[in-house]
Amino acid sequence: MNLLYLLGVPLITSFALLFAGNGKAVKVISLVGATIQFVLALLLLYAFRQQRLQGNFEDMIFQHNYAWFSSLNINFHVGVDGISIAMIMLTAFVVLAGVLVSWNVQKMTKEFYFLLIVLSLGAYGFFISLDLFTLFFFLEIAVIPKYLLIGIWGSGKKEYSANKLALMLMGGSSLVLVGMLGVYFAGGRSFDLLQLSQVHIPLETQKIIFPFLFIGFGVFTALFPFHTWVPDGHSSAPTAGSMFLAGISMKLGGYGCLRVATFLLPDAAKEYSYIIITLAAIAILYGAFATMMQKDLKYINAYSSVSHCGFVLLGIGMLTKTAITGAVMQMVSHGLMTALFFAVIGMIYERTHTRLVTEMSGLMKTMPFIMTILFIVGLCSLGLPGFSGFVAEMTVFMGGWQNAELGYRLATIAACMSIVVTAVYILRAVGKTAMGPLTNQGYLQLKDASWNEKLAAGLLVIGIVAIGIAPFWLDDLIKPGSEVIMQKLSQVVK
Amino acid sequence: MLLKNELWIAIIIFLLLFIKIGKGLKNDSLLTLIQVLLFINVVLGFIFNREGNIFSGMFYSNAVVAFQKSILSIAVFLISLLCADWLKKSPNIAEFFILILSALLGMFFMISSGNLLMFYLSLELATIPVAALANFDLEKRISSEAAMKMILSSAFSSGILLFGISLIYGATGTISFSELPNALNSGPLQILAFVFLVSAFGFKLSVVPFHLWTADVYEGSPIAVASFLSVVSKGSIAFIFLTALYKVFQPLNGVWYNMVVILALATMIIGNLFALRQQNIKRFLAFSSIAQVGFILVGMSSNAAIGLTSVTYFVLIYVFSNLAAFGVASVISERTGKENIDDYKGLYKTNPFLSWILALALFSLAGIPPTAGFFGKLFLITAGATKGNYWFITMVALNLIVSLYYYLRVVRAVFMDKNEQPIETIRGNRAVNFGLTICAAGIVLVGLVSWIYEYISKLS
Repeated sequence: MNLLYLLGVPLITSFALLFAGNGKAVKVISLVGATIQFVLALLLLYAFRQQRLQGNFEDMIFQHNYAWFSSLNINFHVGVDGISIAMIMLTAFVVLAGVLVSWNVQKMTKEFYFLLIVLSLGAYGFFISLDLFTLFFFLEIAVIPKYLLIGIWGSGKKEYSANKLALMLMGGSSLVLVGMLGVYFAGGRSFDLLQLSQVHIPLETQKIIFPFLFIGFGVFTALFPFHTWVPDGHSSAPTAGSMFLAGISMKLGGYGCLRVATFLLPDAAKEYSYIIITLAAIAILYGAFATMMQKDLKYINAYSSVSHCGFVLLGIGMLTKTAITGAVMQMVSHGLMTALFFAVIGMIYERTHTRLVTEMSGLMKTMPFIMTILFIVGLCSLGLPGFSGFVAEMTVFMGGWQNAELGYRLATIAACMSIVVTAVYILRAVGKTAMGPLTNQGYLQLKDASWNEKLAAGLLVIGIVAIGIAPFWLDDLIKPGSEVIMQKLSQVVK
Repeated sequence: MLLKNELWIAIIIFLLLFIKIGKGLKNDSLLTLIQVLLFINVVLGFIFNREGNIFSGMFYSNAVVAFQKSILSIAVFLISLLCADWLKKSPNIAEFFILILSALLGMFFMISSGNLLMFYLSLELATIPVAALANFDLEKRISSEAAMKMILSSAFSSGILLFGISLIYGATGTISFSELPNALNSGPLQILAFVFLVSAFGFKLSVVPFHLWTADVYEGSPIAVASFLSVVSKGSIAFIFLTALYKVFQPLNGVWYNMVVILALATMIIGNLFALRQQNIKRFLAFSSIAQVGFILVGMSSNAAIGLTSVTYFVLIYVFSNLAAFGVASVISERTGKENIDDYKGLYKTNPFLSWILALALFSLAGIPPTAGFFGKLFLITAGATKGNYWFITMVALNLIVSLYYYLRVVRAVFMDKNEQPIETIRGNRAVNFGLTICAAGIVLVGLVSWIYEYISKLS
């Protein structure tokens, strides 16, 4: 299967959008585009499984390599392994759900959908790139659409948030740029991930380059103390924007930390893993406690995202196969879960025009569907078995415990404790919103979810539950990928 | 024909003179004629290119030089399109082009010069007409002030340049570009002379700390002239500076590397910091162009083929991006007289086409993909990183963030801020829209289509 279809579909969709006549046409085109893309992602998953079953155990399959700037040795090199497939599936789910949820956008519909599709193009391109240059190219493509989405369609102090997000992400990508050039010159003038992974860069050089790459990508995935854009950005963004931001865009960082920083610079990853797990543990606990203090549903989910993304970094920092697999699972799981959470919050806000938990109660009576979804997503977030959150976090803890050094054990224990805090804030928020007496009489007329919202929520719930019930599917998909990374890491130990 | 472009420009100049002396043409048809002639000039730049030198090495040409001249030709052609609105109203359109083409002729000779004397002469030819141009809005006081500032600082820098040249002649006994590299040996007098030379370049290129004239001159002069100054003038000086550093003063590499690094950082930081607070769009673009010069210097510091390629490539991209930004500013200023960024609030509601072009141009200047500016900046930084100077590259990368902030400020005004009285819908002139479309196409294609970079790389 040619991976370029994954880029072609959003590209054609966005072009078609430019010529779309009215709002209706815009929505239909985007929906068709996102659906085709979703089907393509499923086909890709199928084709990938077939290849593996037929005994194709190459690290990266469906590779295509086109010369781009040949005098600088820059190639347009794409290929996927299980980890990328998992992330592509995640993107396809979230994009389709995001398009469905935004059905009621009235203001500048065409531009809104255009930016959403461009954002998804960036994410797909990022996940299939095997060349650092193209990877960086797609990473940066996604920054400006986010800025405009928040700034134009957002709410609250949107301009401030949009600026903060754009500048912090740009800061992250500038650091990535420096790290990338470091790898380029240290690895014999090549941006190719596979070629670079064959080169052994001396430890001294690695120690200089690694912080640039890891912190740079870390900014995207809310690495403490560079997480401050997350709450503002998420809470100001329009619903689909928050879904994309938390569901996909934060995962770009995690994926980059793993695929670029850890994979290419394993020695330095080992050296610095203490710092990584410390920061990750702080993010997990800090995020959880900060969430307790929030009253706005979007802030609740945003701060809990900081906490949950901490698990991704924790998994990477633990440097065991299980932990890395868990980190990827957590990315997928959190992506689906948080997208669903923001979708539900958007639905509630559209009806009640408030996001403050204190102003809502007993909504279960008027909108049972939405509230049920809220319960599902809440339970997933606090790690109830049967949903994806449990599987992913459990895997990270297991993997973390396998690393027997004292510091790593302590970090794992600290991270485990956050689950209790999570339970407190999730149950409080969800319970207050859905249960109890319906105090505000104005809420009696509220309608339950419409078809598009049901479809979007259903799609994401399927994802969450499927992973929760049959985690081995995801596990089988990811494991070979994390084994490759582990091989690189284990060469260092001795 | 080594001199084909130069001769063609000279022919246009004389033609315009005759038209002016004779009965003269109506503005519309004269402008169209000039645009056609300038287009032929662009085409001419790409064909019949030959290497070689004439006038005993005073003038040389090769593939890179020819390409660099083509970049400048494209820029002048685009200016003639983008400023059509303003030009059509001007009673002195022929004089405008006579002056601008004389300057262009000077730049062509300057890029091709093979001798410090030739370089000095052509530099003067390239500068003095521009000072006259800066004063083109004859009735505006601010315009005269700009011209005065320009001519004084130019004269001053020319003096410094001449002093440097005379010191070089004293220290080495030659002023020929081909003989100088062998005669240089990092003696103190030579280094002193070199410093004078670099300061002269710095003046023309508005490198910090020689940048003080830039913003005032841009603000005072008509937008057509400001865009010429910021794109064509800067580009040509960047090209000759490349030749000077890479060929002529190659033996002093150890000296000039540190100089270029420090100048690059200072230029970038000061340009960025001052751009943060500007209200007038012309002053804003002036400081942004200073910051861009800083980036050009980053690429120059590499001292390898990649430096030459990436700088040439970046100037090409910079032509499209900056001219698009100036083009939009020129249309708005001409139709409404508004030049403040605050006036641009809510522009998207009334003028979506102009807004998108402006956004594209600013993103390209900020180095955001998929615009060409991303590739240009990235390759400049790659070139600057060849020496493995991490702290330098980190500082450069951090400057990218600052520059993004102020470019986004304009984008925010255009797309997000509300305004009770936004700029009314402007029905653009066809030539202007055509020019803006070329710029937009350039901004998108020059980056993504890699063979343009490969082509430049093969030339150099």
